[in-house]
Amino acid sequence: MPDQLLFAIEVTMNGLMAGVLYALVALGFVLIFKASGIFNYAQGVMALFAAMTLVGIQNGQVPFAHLINAVFGTEVHHFGWHVPAILAILLTACVMVLFAWIVERYVLKHLVGQPDIILFMATIGLAYFMEGFGDLMWGADIKKLDVGLPQGGSFWLEENTAWLGGEGFYGFFIDKLDMVATVVAAILVASLVAFSQYTKQGRAMRAVADDHQAALSVGVSLRFIWVLVWSLAGFVALVAGIMWGAKSGVQFSLSLIALKALPVLMLGGFTSIPGAIVGGLIIGVGEKLFEFLIGAPFLGGATENWFAYMLALLFLVFRPQGLFGEKIIERV
Amino acid sequence: MNMKKIAAASVAALMVGTPVLADLVFPSLSYRTGPYAAGGIPYADGYSDYFTLLNERDGGIGGAAIQVIECETGYNTEKGVECYESTKGQGALVYNPLSTGITYQLIPKATADNIPLYTPGYGRTSAANGKVFSHVFNFPANYWNAASLAVNHLLAENGGDLNGKSVALVYHNSAYGKEPIRTLEGLAEKHGFKLTAIPVDHPGQEQKSQWLQIRREKPDYVLMWGWGVMNQVAIQEAANIRFPMENFVGVWWSGGDHDVAPAGESATGYKAVTFHAVGSDFPVFDDIQKHVVETGKAAGAGDNIGKAIYNRGVYAAMLMAEAVSKAQEIHGTPDITAAMMRDGMEALEITDARMAELGMGGFGPAFSVSCENHGGPGTGAIQQWDGAAGTWSLISEFGGSDMDVIQPLIDADSAAYAAENNIEAGCN
Repeated sequence: MPDQLLFAIEVTMNGLMAGVLYALVALGFVLIFKASGIFNYAQGVMALFAAMTLVGIQNGQVPFAHLINAVFGTEVHHFGWHVPAILAILLTACVMVLFAWIVERYVLKHLVGQPDIILFMATIGLAYFMEGFGDLMWGADIKKLDVGLPQGGSFWLEENTAWLGGEGFYGFFIDKLDMVATVVAAILVASLVAFSQYTKQGRAMRAVADDHQAALSVGVSLRFIWVLVWSLAGFVALVAGIMWGAKSGVQFSLSLIALKALPVLMLGGFTSIPGAIVGGLIIGVGEKLFEFLIGAPFLGGATENWFAYMLALLFLVFRPQGLFGEKIIERV
Repeated sequence: MNMKKIAAASVAALMVGTPVLADLVFPSLSYRTGPYAAGGIPYADGYSDYFTLLNERDGGIGGAAIQVIECETGYNTEKGVECYESTKGQGALVYNPLSTGITYQLIPKATADNIPLYTPGYGRTSAANGKVFSHVFNFPANYWNAASLAVNHLLAENGGDLNGKSVALVYHNSAYGKEPIRTLEGLAEKHGFKLTAIPVDHPGQEQKSQWLQIRREKPDYVLMWGWGVMNQVAIQEAANIRFPMENFVGVWWSGGDHDVAPAGESATGYKAVTFHAVGSDFPVFDDIQKHVVETGKAAGAGDNIGKAIYNRGVYAAMLMAEAVSKAQEIHGTPDITAAMMRDGMEALEITDARMAELGMGGFGPAFSVSCENHGGPGTGAIQQWDGAAGTWSLISEFGGSDMDVIQPLIDADSAAYAAENNIEAGCN
């Protein structure tokens, strides 16, 4: 096979893997938007906060240590223990549930019946609050995330595919972390779908998504559903934070991964879990192939973000609800 | 409340809110929040801790106390300009914005306000020409020096011959990241190596395409002009594709401890250009520990001492303190103004003996500044990361850069700026 074709296949495979990572971020947005019509601007910051909390718990870091030391003149930084990764993930998930409850209790509850834009503005405020709160709680330094995820390319795949091409082809490169992310994303999506289809709470969630007034009339608690949905979005944010944080360390920039989710949402639709996955894959493959075939050779490179948003813009023009989104018709 | 009480309260508030006139005021346009905080915090800590040391140990500079006013920019240009505007009236002597974007905005403003800018290792490179940029100083080295120093290192590794070699530049797709391209193109032409420029969009969290391209094209060396998360991801991706780390060289803004930490031991061998020493094996750090950290007066937690970016903050503060001394000497008063500070910076002379006296012997080069040359000697060295020990070590002596290539670029760029802004180049 010609090397150029093999490289294109390699780029496509890596694009699919990148798409899965984008979809992981987009999923959190979809869950909240679908159930409450809120575009959660804070989703990226939730991923950052969850990852910081995970590392903090795992390393036995004292929360608010800098503040405590500054106020009381103490020198406390660590509890002196190391929590196993699985337990730390579970404890972090509990923190995210607590966070969901606090958001519902102190923010959303007071905004019931307000226009969508007010709720959106509230999530902007929430994002800024959490940025500062996370820094105050865990510090702004870059933290190494070590939950046992593999790093580096798959040597096995490289060695066993090198024969496909000529001397310039070393075999396919796929990051082992990306493979794990794909498996985790598949399990996560299957679990979310199973939860929403086969559990009482899941059905209640869907009922609220379809018509929250009708759901209220049959006894579904809107406040419980909001806590549930924000908890699920918090858990998805934790998973996204782990996968992205394993690449770059846990740091503020994790909150910017939301930028990667926006074109995915425009493409897949804001209300569809499969849409988030398919949208992520299309954006991932599309931007990587465009960069490989056109961007790097002819346009000087760095075209990925441009391509993703251009594609999203095209969808907005011709299919504003996205591939799988619900078409909303409002009569005037 | 009667009028007397209101007046007294107002006076007290003014005294608290503004520095005493005799203070030497150093605004620190820091960024302790946002995507670049990991680099901004150690730098701001180092910059502040050195001035605190002078206050605590020496009673200030020449008997005048120092006041550092921090203003958070978040590495945002608009906020940086706001910080400048809100602090310049407080007797600011010099601004060190720690951002190329903010520097570009402040050059005309600070020049008009007669306040010097100090941009060591960043900012507008051609500001080295003091005949055009009267109020901007970027000693001891600039971006173009860094590009040349990196290439000099590659030359040294290849017996002085880079003919036929290929070098990829992975750069932050911004004005900062594009700075070295012209210099590297000139050096590529001179030394016969092939240069491929590979941009990475802000913030640089996702770089798979760029590193697959590097894996396909197999350059002999990769140079990096990154900042923030771009650095950590690039180093991790280089390790992932098993690119030889000893052939991967970053600019000094890609050479922080936090840049290599996430990749752990797989970052071992990674190199970066530096214009100052690394580590904490200098008496000045013992003094900072004793007079600043242990007395609870450190700007941060005191745990950044000896880290590459903290050291850079200390070095910048030391050079500014020496410029204050020079200004005090020239004008015969401890209470200097920003205009006097500019004079001190332009007449600055750093000797090896003085560096040793300051507890920083061998920390940076000996050099002097003049009206013609605001950029200093342009010297630097190469530092290398040891992941197991968690330390940087210098693996080369401090050496010079290729001014035959760089000086014409400085002259051309500064001449263009002078023409655009109707500046008559010259020295008074």
